[in-house]
Amino acid sequence: MGVAKYIKDEKDRIKDVVLQSGIHVKPLYKEEDLQNIGFDYAKDLGDSGQYPFTRGIHEQGFRSREWTTRQYSGFGTPRETNERWKLLISQGQTGLNVAFDLPTQMGYDSDDPMAEGEVGRVGMAVDSLKDFEIAFKDIALNKIGSGLTINAVASIMVAMYQAVAEGYGFSKEQISTTPQNDILKEIVGRGAWIFPVEPAVRLIGDVIEYSVKEMPRANPVSVCGYHIREAGANPVQEIAYAIQIANAYIDNVLERGYDIDDFVGRFSFNLDVFGNLWEQVAKFRAARKLWAKNIKEKYGAKNQKSMFLRGIFGGGGGGLTKEQPENNIARSAYYALAAALSGAQTMALCSYDEAYTIPTPHSALISLRTLQLLMDEVGLRDTVDPLAGSYFIETLTKQMEEKIVEEMAKIDKVGGMVKAISSGYIQKEVSLQAYEFEKGVQNGELIKIGVNKYAGGEEGEVELHEYTDESAVEQIKNLKELKRTRNDREVVNTLKALEKATRDKVNVMPYLVDCCKAYATVGEMTGVFRDAFGEFVEPNIF
Amino acid sequence: MPGKKIRILVAKPGLDGHDRGAKVMAHALKDAGMEVIYTGLHQTVPSIMKTAIEEDVDVIGLSIMSGAHIPISKKIMEAVKEEGLDDVIVVVGGVIPTKDISLLKDIGISGVFPGGTSFEESIKFIKENVIN
Repeated sequence: MGVAKYIKDEKDRIKDVVLQSGIHVKPLYKEEDLQNIGFDYAKDLGDSGQYPFTRGIHEQGFRSREWTTRQYSGFGTPRETNERWKLLISQGQTGLNVAFDLPTQMGYDSDDPMAEGEVGRVGMAVDSLKDFEIAFKDIALNKIGSGLTINAVASIMVAMYQAVAEGYGFSKEQISTTPQNDILKEIVGRGAWIFPVEPAVRLIGDVIEYSVKEMPRANPVSVCGYHIREAGANPVQEIAYAIQIANAYIDNVLERGYDIDDFVGRFSFNLDVFGNLWEQVAKFRAARKLWAKNIKEKYGAKNQKSMFLRGIFGGGGGGLTKEQPENNIARSAYYALAAALSGAQTMALCSYDEAYTIPTPHSALISLRTLQLLMDEVGLRDTVDPLAGSYFIETLTKQMEEKIVEEMAKIDKVGGMVKAISSGYIQKEVSLQAYEFEKGVQNGELIKIGVNKYAGGEEGEVELHEYTDESAVEQIKNLKELKRTRNDREVVNTLKALEKATRDKVNVMPYLVDCCKAYATVGEMTGVFRDAFGEFVEPNIF
Repeated sequence: MPGKKIRILVAKPGLDGHDRGAKVMAHALKDAGMEVIYTGLHQTVPSIMKTAIEEDVDVIGLSIMSGAHIPISKKIMEAVKEEGLDDVIVVVGGVIPTKDISLLKDIGISGVFPGGTSFEESIKFIKENVIN
């Protein structure tokens, strides 16, 4: 999707280019531009693997390690999901990225009235450990890492992941999971929140603390600028808000008496890739630098690894169009290029049919192949940070950096991210950006091929992933069966212990593992939290 | 009745949390001079009806991206009838396949605005069709 404004003269020549972040692009960049911004190689860039890591966190970049490909997938019942995962793994995918259905994300069991019509629709339905046992059957959890797209109830799913792994003979030290576990971005951009801000952030902290102590290979939080951008934020806000959200989680863990170097190296980021190619590359380079500075200067970290911005750069759903859907295959390839030029650790792409529904196996495979051919056919592994030194890219990186710092300062001014989100300030900013963007598309100022330029033509045929309620019926039947056969006393006892830990402000994770092993349901465990915490009430922004 | 502002409830039924469209529409309707009440996320049909009555709205606008627009619209229209809100029109926006537009109209939905409908078109429709 075109996200820059092109101001043209009467002869259709471009007079000015205004990027989404408000930066004006000049027709020509020269050596003097670098002098004007006071460019200093050692201070601004450093070599790859060296502070401030603008050029990348690993000295050898993709030479020493390919990026991980991790397509988001999961639907229907755990059995169907298990089949899809095995297909993706057999095709060379190197990590899983688990999609949960909305009832699971919101902590409702499949038989809850609130779940009606949604069971298994946009992801896999999970009611209990039984479901994880089916979903992860025959998957080498010591080799394949799993991203878990779950936030409000991330604590429950991480506990369940440990429980399933142990059941299959893998220790918690062997397994690698990356739960999103970012509730603040849900409140801003994705909407799958349950609890009020404060206890919700405490649960995030519980997962981080537990992972640091018990699961050394886990990445306990994936800070998602991604969804904030998809909700309308510009690239500057995406990074500024992501860093400030990460800081809110850091502060929570520091209050528990940890040292910054004990845990922050396990943080990772999930960032978006659609938009102007140069602006994206500059954004990622500036983000790496600012994160490193933030961790070193604000929090006083000593360990270099603590300063790494590691991330999944991908998705790009916001750029895809419902119109002329096959165009999305080409679009995504360009977005992937942006991520590869920016030194992503992990990549994933939205599939071309996702403006309609969740992807078919066919479209998911096209996305995977797009990432693979970028790696093996066109030379993205050859050298680290190939655009470095460009007069344009270095100028733009510096300009992005300045704008992100300004945006972060605005949040400090209102008292930090927890306050800025509780009051609705961020939500208002993001929705206003979304409104401006939509106006730009509607009046043709922002070009969208197939929508407001070169529109019409033949309607593309999209083969759709069909949703039927057969999966829901099977899921509910299995849940009833589970409730009939599990040891009720154990369920009650473990839930009681969880309730006590919740109210006593003790880390809930070990108690959740016990609940999971007793086959307590997601709805039952979430119910304990709902009773103790209440629910979030959205601030009015209109 | 010139001068009277149209009151519209923008509502997000169901568990889906993608409210970019709903919020963007809310801004556009406000700029068009309407009084906008936004329900927030995770609403049920009864909670939407309760707000609609309390706020005495002229229009209920549902934003639905989950694919469940038909059953939700049916329930809303039944509730509108039960409450006797004859002077309230209901419109639906979101991810709505073309083939479902006539089905929604049959249920009693006044206007359907699938993704990509211009602000101008939706606003014009509401202004022309509002009952008061």
